[in-house]
Amino acid sequence: MIEPVLSVRNLQVEFAGRRGTLRAIDGVSFDIAKGEVLGVVGESGAGKSVTGLSVIGLIDPPGRIAGGEIHLAGLRIDNLPPDEMRRIRGKRIGMIFQDPLTSLNPLYKIGDQLIETIRTHLNLSEAAARRRAIDLLAEVGIPAPEKRIDGYPHEFSGGMRQRVVIALAICAEPELIIADEPTTALDVSVQAQIISLIKRLGRDHGTAVMLVTHDMGVIAETSDRVAVMYAGRVAEIGPVQDVVRNPLHPYAKGLMGAIPTLAGDDKRLVQIPGSMPRLSAIPSGCSFNPRCAFAFDRCRVERPEPLPRGAQSVACHLYDSVPAESAA
Amino acid sequence: MLAFTLRRAIQAIGVMIAVGIISFSMFRFAGDPVNQMVGMDTSGAERAAIRKSLGLDDPVIVQFGRYIGNAARFQFGTSYQFRLPVTNLLMERMPATLELAICATIFAMVIGILMGVYSALRRDTWLAHLFQVISLIGISLPTFLIGVLMIYLFSVTLGWLPSFGRGDVVHIGWWTTGLLTLSGLKALIMPSITLGLFQMTLIMRLVRTEMLEVMRTDYIRFARARGLTTRAIHFGHALRNTLIPVITVAGLQFGSVIAFAIITETVFQWPGMGLLFVQAVQNVDIPIMAAYLMMVSLIFVTINLVVDILYTIVDPRLRSTISRAH
Repeated sequence: MIEPVLSVRNLQVEFAGRRGTLRAIDGVSFDIAKGEVLGVVGESGAGKSVTGLSVIGLIDPPGRIAGGEIHLAGLRIDNLPPDEMRRIRGKRIGMIFQDPLTSLNPLYKIGDQLIETIRTHLNLSEAAARRRAIDLLAEVGIPAPEKRIDGYPHEFSGGMRQRVVIALAICAEPELIIADEPTTALDVSVQAQIISLIKRLGRDHGTAVMLVTHDMGVIAETSDRVAVMYAGRVAEIGPVQDVVRNPLHPYAKGLMGAIPTLAGDDKRLVQIPGSMPRLSAIPSGCSFNPRCAFAFDRCRVERPEPLPRGAQSVACHLYDSVPAESAA
Repeated sequence: MLAFTLRRAIQAIGVMIAVGIISFSMFRFAGDPVNQMVGMDTSGAERAAIRKSLGLDDPVIVQFGRYIGNAARFQFGTSYQFRLPVTNLLMERMPATLELAICATIFAMVIGILMGVYSALRRDTWLAHLFQVISLIGISLPTFLIGVLMIYLFSVTLGWLPSFGRGDVVHIGWWTTGLLTLSGLKALIMPSITLGLFQMTLIMRLVRTEMLEVMRTDYIRFARARGLTTRAIHFGHALRNTLIPVITVAGLQFGSVIAFAIITETVFQWPGMGLLFVQAVQNVDIPIMAAYLMMVSLIFVTINLVVDILYTIVDPRLRSTISRAH
């Protein structure tokens, strides 16, 4: 097997608080291959964004990576000294944040921000960096880039600004892009454009993409594989068609059941009872057990480990020793 | 942009006329000027003649118009006390005050910004905590006390710095400067620190708060995600965004620095406008008081105008809102 671009093994992230340490990420593992888009989905607070931030090394104190390993193309990056990690950020890993309106420094022309980033990572002259910046703006679909490069962020619409942010994220040809809810703050009509842009860039450059979102529609449209996160753990991970059509984990089933369709059947959407536990009160055993209709004794005491199930992998006791009919 | 500047300039003139009314009315509330000019034995006819020659029998509105007209040409009449034109007296003293105020502001800006940036970026070091304590002292101790304490320490006890005056000055045209002689520079140190200390602590606290605020914004996080160097993030991105409110405050504070100079000038016997004003108050020298009021307001208003224009240079967002609004 070819080495994955990103390999996360048993990642643990903790936040030290006044009343003890909270574990926001508890044993998350996944791989992303070259050119692959991995969708990471889950409710707010499931740990999607924290996972993305820990990969790029931007967890702010009091948060810290407490365990596990992160490898970028074979190089272990979770324990690099700050300055070496800084060189990887922006050059080998690009990141796109949720709100394009606030991601750009309002006082600098977008061209200056692009040139600054390009020259930080690539050994180019001012003029060459400017040419590259114009090419990048053209690539992300900004019309008349040679004119717009001298514009200030406030002169761009939200969608255009997100394109500029994407141009900034890819300006040094990174191997991996982490997109943290890149479309949440945008208009629905613009969302589709941004998603297809990210998809196209990933395909054209062979970039691996980690797409964090809570929008299953976006995942279904864009991703090759999807990881469903719940309370800081990966509940299920697998190829996107399999997980969408045939979710295994009861939580994933609930999620898929909660997506409205345009087909027009008037069935009520399935609702998962209860809400995700707070980090300070994660139940023992499987963290989903209090909300799970299929929970049995073992779920309340023993934490389920990921079990391979075809191309999918699911962390649920239903698929372990228990006969198949109770899983149906 | 031009329309914006013009509109602000017209507003500034409005403010100056309002101040003119106040300073004009000082003359009318402080008793009959003729009685103050002439002796006890002047006859009624002579008083009337003087009154007529000074135009004091004209209607108030005519007198006010004449006063404003003269003030616009920087003519503020004759000092009762010195028997000299007030304008000459003020102009003679102005370089001393401006030099002091500018040095104090530069001191406050440079040290304040440095301390502010340091205590924002290295929040938990002992030096940052020390700066916080110093800023508390600077904000709460009155200016004159700091001045007197410094005189006691550096002039009386250690004998390093002169306790009063401007030292030797050099004349450049009508301007006098103490910046070119050693004794002038030495004399400038303590008054500048005394005058600037309050602004320095203000700026330091402002820079610290603003910088901490800016460091939490999304564009700083994104700048870190772009892999920019810490130096570029702190000084290229964060500091520039911090400086907008700092420019406003420092600019507006420059007016109060000149106003507060009254106290500092008294403590250090600094031969500036403030000292002249204090002496004028003691001697009920209304023309000087009125002219001083006008001058200080003029400086205030001019600074406000300059700050507004500077603002638009630093912040491109304002530039376009302004051009769109007109």
